[in-house]
Amino acid sequence: MALLQIAEPGESAAPHEHRLAVGIDLGTTNTLVATVRSGMSVVLNDLKGRPLLPSVVSYAADGTVAVGYGAEAKQSVDPKNTIVSVKRFMGRGRRDIAHIETLPYDFLDAEGMVKLKTAAGIKSPVEISAEILKTVRNRAEASLGGELTGAVITVPAYFDDAQRQATKDAARLAGINVLRLLNEPTAAAIAYGLDNSAEGIYAVFDLGGGTFDISILRLSKGVFEVMATGGDSALGGDDFDHRVFCWIIEQAQLAPLSLQDARLLQMRAREAKEQLSQHGQAPITVKLGSGEYVDLVLTTEVFTEITRTLVQKAITPTKKALRDAGLTVADVRGVVMVGGSTRMPQIQHAVADLFKQEPLNNLDPEKVVALGAATQANLLAGNRAAGDDWLLLDVIPLSLGLETMGGLVEKVIPRNSTIPIARAQEFTTFKDGQTAMAIQVVQGERELVSDCRSLARFELRGIPPMVAGAARIRVTFQVDADGLLSVTAREQTTGHEARIEVKPSYGLSDDEIAAMLKDSFSHAGDDAFRRALREAQVEAQRLIEATQSALQDSADLLSTLERAHIDASITKLQTVMIGDDRRAIDQAMQALSAATNEFAARRMNQSVQRALSGRNVDQISL
Amino acid sequence: MTTFDLNFAADHFTLFGLPHVQALDQESLDNAFRAVQSQVHPDKHAHAAESDRRLAMQWATRINEAYQTLKSPGRRARYLLQLLGHDPQIESNTAMPAEFLVNQMELREAVAEARSAADEDALDTVRVRLLGEIRTEYERLTGLIDTDRDLVAASNLVRQLMFQEKLLNEIDDALEAVTA
Repeated sequence: MALLQIAEPGESAAPHEHRLAVGIDLGTTNTLVATVRSGMSVVLNDLKGRPLLPSVVSYAADGTVAVGYGAEAKQSVDPKNTIVSVKRFMGRGRRDIAHIETLPYDFLDAEGMVKLKTAAGIKSPVEISAEILKTVRNRAEASLGGELTGAVITVPAYFDDAQRQATKDAARLAGINVLRLLNEPTAAAIAYGLDNSAEGIYAVFDLGGGTFDISILRLSKGVFEVMATGGDSALGGDDFDHRVFCWIIEQAQLAPLSLQDARLLQMRAREAKEQLSQHGQAPITVKLGSGEYVDLVLTTEVFTEITRTLVQKAITPTKKALRDAGLTVADVRGVVMVGGSTRMPQIQHAVADLFKQEPLNNLDPEKVVALGAATQANLLAGNRAAGDDWLLLDVIPLSLGLETMGGLVEKVIPRNSTIPIARAQEFTTFKDGQTAMAIQVVQGERELVSDCRSLARFELRGIPPMVAGAARIRVTFQVDADGLLSVTAREQTTGHEARIEVKPSYGLSDDEIAAMLKDSFSHAGDDAFRRALREAQVEAQRLIEATQSALQDSADLLSTLERAHIDASITKLQTVMIGDDRRAIDQAMQALSAATNEFAARRMNQSVQRALSGRNVDQISL
Repeated sequence: MTTFDLNFAADHFTLFGLPHVQALDQESLDNAFRAVQSQVHPDKHAHAAESDRRLAMQWATRINEAYQTLKSPGRRARYLLQLLGHDPQIESNTAMPAEFLVNQMELREAVAEARSAADEDALDTVRVRLLGEIRTEYERLTGLIDTDRDLVAASNLVRQLMFQEKLLNEIDDALEAVTA
């Protein structure tokens, strides 16, 4: 028999509270935010009813920041301070960025990630992305009428660790609690799969403004299992624009362009490309600042010809993903098209040719990722209705490894491994009496360290002196459900434990994030302090609610004494969280966590046993 | 505490409540994996306390490891042989029958030729042939382990299969190089 829950007077019954959660598609060209309203996933429009926010940020000398359409309007006037497609710079160094010489920005090659010199000072791509995220966060909070519990933010499946970490840092800077980083094609698969009750093998072909992903998924009984993923994190509509841009310069035999003219032509190139998705030809007429005129017609034939190699760049990883999944095209039941760039006819044809079937275009390719992310955010925030449940099993897109002797890579976790995953590898010393060891962590498929991306380099010190080959250093890689890596290493022959936690080197340190947060509040003295306190209070409240909910479900797993200890820890936390001593709140939270560790372990154990004995937990009345 | 430790540390077969056999029923494995992962996955605990989330990640990692090991016939056989107390000596024992080696060398030459000629179809042909051989050998391996309990012969076959699977990876690399 179901038990009725009755809350104490003046206290809301936490489980019924609807938590505000959104999905954010942080795209190269456009950003969208969506939420679930009365069971339906919807995109949240701006005040003028526009669903898209152009991913453009413009900095003025007086420190004001414009984001979206307002910034877009400035791009041909002030290209140097108006940053478009910032996603291409996330977690990237100077040498990683294609056509960098044609970009109008002042780049500074900082360690790991470039920075941009703007009229408002030096900005990291993380800060620029945070401006975009702040804008959609404000839009969502205004629209939903309250503070967000959290957000699911999508990233290209083929994003490496550096790019994922940068995205998560940007969210943190924007004051967003990230429930999960979700791969874009997986988000699309949720939206498509749930809408169509799809079962079987599906491919999601996602060509956006700056990134390309291909994911092969198995959809079965509410489980979305990614079997393989592939792609190119620097291939997208921008590259097609660039080909048209180069074609215009060549055809019109233009002299070297000013920054403004270059940006103007890039915009015309993009418009012509978009027109070709509807028409057989597109006129390009421009009067440049230099006084030169451009008067050309781009036909579908020419466009197809000049972009042929780009299309091939998408088809090659698609074939590879199929091989990685151990499948052939005949196994694929449907190909879901995602991303505005899949509107190009030559992409549609190439996909149809490869898979020997017409691709599925029945979802808005620009909105589907945000809609899927919103659905997942709703689930993760705990708003799901009974029976409304599914499980995502995603993979890591690129292999992770370590440098060994001679600059070779020893793969520790192969690509397409289901996450979360942990793997350990043992290493030994090379010389007698060696007491330290340099460990370099890399990501990529090549055999040489120099061809892979270096994620972190750290030294393990304090190894007891032994003869060469006697020490046993165990290096453990852990990739969490966001696809983010942490590495630990320890020497284990002598019981002496040298242990180190690394955060990959490209990421921003906690201090840097704190400094940036402080900067953004520099106008209002103690705001940063108040915000930190507020965050701690929200976190404390969340912990109390989670603990109380667990106590309600599984009180039988605790002895009277254990229960009393947990209750006392809750009371203590409730008392201090009203005050403004953040340290005391943190300490009380740690104490409560410690008091519930064992309880958590028992509950998890119980749920595993129930799952295996075939009983549904929902059916067990307590 | 004790029951929890026992389960977390249980062998992969026991963890999923499955018999210790090479001829594992794929559907039972899939179902057990999904049932358990549906309980422990971090997404089911995204809103829980920090300690719960950490535990969820550890469990989900454990379950993924067990599933991936049992799903692949090669990894499953190596794991099972070890559980049965027989080390297949993957690293140390490199002896292979001459006939097998000759056959592998032929295949390797075919791959190298097709790769230098950038012949995608030829690579596909070798790949299909090798896949067929591997499948047949796995059937034989199941008999050796489950029925005959000939763990020495099974270990030899496991090592051969690793050799063949390595070649399969090389073909995939060649295909990638050729189609790039």
